[in-house]
Amino acid sequence: MEKYLIRGGRVIDPANGIDAVKDLLIVDGKIADIGENLTAGDAEAIDASGKVVAPGFIDMHCHLRDPGLEYKEDIISGTRAAARGGFTGVCCMPNTKPVNDCAAVTRYILEKAETKGSGVHVYPVGAISKGLEGKEMAEIGRMKEAGIIAISDDGKPVSNSNLLRLAMQYADHFGVFIMSHSEDKNLVGDGVMNEGFMSTKLGLPGITRAAEEVMIARDILVAEAEGKRIHICHISTKGGVQLVREAKARGVRVTAETTPHYIGATDEWCADYDGNTRVNPPLREESDRLACIAGLVDGTLDAIATDHAPHHEDEKKVEFHLAASGFSGFETAFCISNTELVRSGAMSLSDLVKLMSANPARLLGVPGGKLGVGDAADLVVLDPDRKVVVDAKKFVSKGKNTPFDGRTYYGAVCITMVGGRVIDREQA
Amino acid sequence: MKRKDLLGLEGVSREEITSILDTAMTMRQIVRSSNKKTAHLQGKSIVTLFYENSTRTRMSFELASKYMSAAAANISASASSVAKGETLIDTGVTLDQMGTDVIIIRHPMSGAPKLLAKHVKASVINAGDGMNEHPTQALLDMMTMREHLGSLDGIKVAICGDVMHSRVARSNIYGLTTMGANVVLCAPPTLIPVQIEKLGCTVADTIEDACEGADVVMGLRIQRERQQKGLFPSVAEYCDNWEITPERVALAKKHALVMHPGPMNRGVEIASSAADSDQSVITQQVESGVAVRMALLYMLTRKEQA
Ligand SMILES: [Zn+2]
Repeated sequence: MEKYLIRGGRVIDPANGIDAVKDLLIVDGKIADIGENLTAGDAEAIDASGKVVAPGFIDMHCHLRDPGLEYKEDIISGTRAAARGGFTGVCCMPNTKPVNDCAAVTRYILEKAETKGSGVHVYPVGAISKGLEGKEMAEIGRMKEAGIIAISDDGKPVSNSNLLRLAMQYADHFGVFIMSHSEDKNLVGDGVMNEGFMSTKLGLPGITRAAEEVMIARDILVAEAEGKRIHICHISTKGGVQLVREAKARGVRVTAETTPHYIGATDEWCADYDGNTRVNPPLREESDRLACIAGLVDGTLDAIATDHAPHHEDEKKVEFHLAASGFSGFETAFCISNTELVRSGAMSLSDLVKLMSANPARLLGVPGGKLGVGDAADLVVLDPDRKVVVDAKKFVSKGKNTPFDGRTYYGAVCITMVGGRVIDREQA
Repeated sequence: MKRKDLLGLEGVSREEITSILDTAMTMRQIVRSSNKKTAHLQGKSIVTLFYENSTRTRMSFELASKYMSAAAANISASASSVAKGETLIDTGVTLDQMGTDVIIIRHPMSGAPKLLAKHVKASVINAGDGMNEHPTQALLDMMTMREHLGSLDGIKVAICGDVMHSRVARSNIYGLTTMGANVVLCAPPTLIPVQIEKLGCTVADTIEDACEGADVVMGLRIQRERQQKGLFPSVAEYCDNWEITPERVALAKKHALVMHPGPMNRGVEIASSAADSDQSVITQQVESGVAVRMALLYMLTRKEQA
């Protein structure tokens, strides 16, 4: 096993209350020592002066598309892209082909990640219902035994509230919680973008914010009645943030996330009918964007997740109505979040590390998210001040679908390390 | 004309609209003459690419092309083939390779003409896309209004019917407001798009308010499926509240025009007695349509020589 001495970096470890220039010695995959002027000995020295060393990012919500949709992404390309984005752990959603609704699929994902992945920890999310059909509960116990981290019917929200309630009760027995994609399909109707002035102007059918908020409210109320845990995925609206804020204030066991695109883009970006701006929930308005940022700042929202949703170019270069929903998100998550949250002055870099690393680790109950002596060396070296121009063509992900292409942000990921092994190092 | 395409009236200047309407007046002489043949488009190739049925708009474009000696061809694709068949971009590139000068596209999805225009060298004319725009319809409406009312400046145009799903409404709002007209919309609340006022028009509470003192009362088609989708409870109740009737038209100015882009649903958004009244210019709109399309085809193809 290699030994590394990461020298002279600003170590940001919010879980341990550290934000100071220190050296990090890594031996046998673990952090062996943290301090000033450590000696390298036979360890390979990594110069991190002027850079930031932080616990690796953990993504609570992504799509690796494997099995079945490998033309969009597979576990190999997906975990490599995650590593490029500074992630050391990712939760992959179950809407694959077949759906991850049984132990066999869970095992397939874990085995492929283990043998062929980049080294990024993959935490599969199982389905709530068989085939994501919203009818019968999937075998949550067996999937848990095989290694799922949580359950979700992502993309196909559970419309039957009683199924949600029963799954909440049942899953809790196995120590599994629900990640809810909250969306009322009747309210969505044939909508393809946010309902507002832009949808009126473009003549595109709109999706009211109520489509998301009605279901967030429902999810919260069911969890409250049951006294169980619920995690709300990819919140995009001001009202959604407020619902979570109020629920937390009265003690509901609710947690929530938003994504880099809801804090970095609005529905004005749809003005050209570019399929690369289509996502679900849709890009909203400036007031929603600011509310999502405020939610991250005041702790209403616990985490930033990517909702990395790679698609083939052919699925995006079509009429807006026909374009697949979602963005390739791993490789832009840090620079967008860093620019919109830290450089804008809304929060400190330490707070951002909390949202992208420490908090997700805690919510998921997985290792990582901190850099104490004895912890696994799952970490990133960042250059938060470097200007980067997003170039989708250069994405490691198979999915080049991003509305951020060509835009300028700040923050580069230099090195990603998992278990003391460098799994990604940026090309000079 | 400097532009390559006409995708909508949003952002089209007063000068441009005026010059199109002026040219169309000249073209109408050809439509009215006994020898409908000019050489304006000789050697040009024009294709209508329709993903939605519309006999009337397609014929209007085809006749406009033929009166001016263009080589005209048409392609029909059923709506179902949009999702499954050849992509729009591939179809466009193929037409480009065949030497097409102008592609006239009608498509059920908003933004499709823009997507096409971005990928072809040919000029693209939007003949109606989803709920977005139908610029030639608005131009022919304005041509008809201008002829009867002299000027569009300061006139009040009431537009009543399914505004939500109407590309005609959006193009008319853009075009008419650019020309200085006041546009007032009226429809059941479920058929008014959110924040439409921000486009520069107003929304009236009642059809009586909309018609009051208007220079033009324009109806928009109400498709029966809107009722089935729950946007209003019944045709009868719709008519009680929103149908264009002679009584309601009587609230408008004395010589106000009654207009409709067609095809009409008589007895739904407009009563036959209003549609067929002396104030109706609905049939004349059709003639203006050919003239406006001739003007546009001429102006867009001429740009190369400039
Ligand atoms: Zn989702």
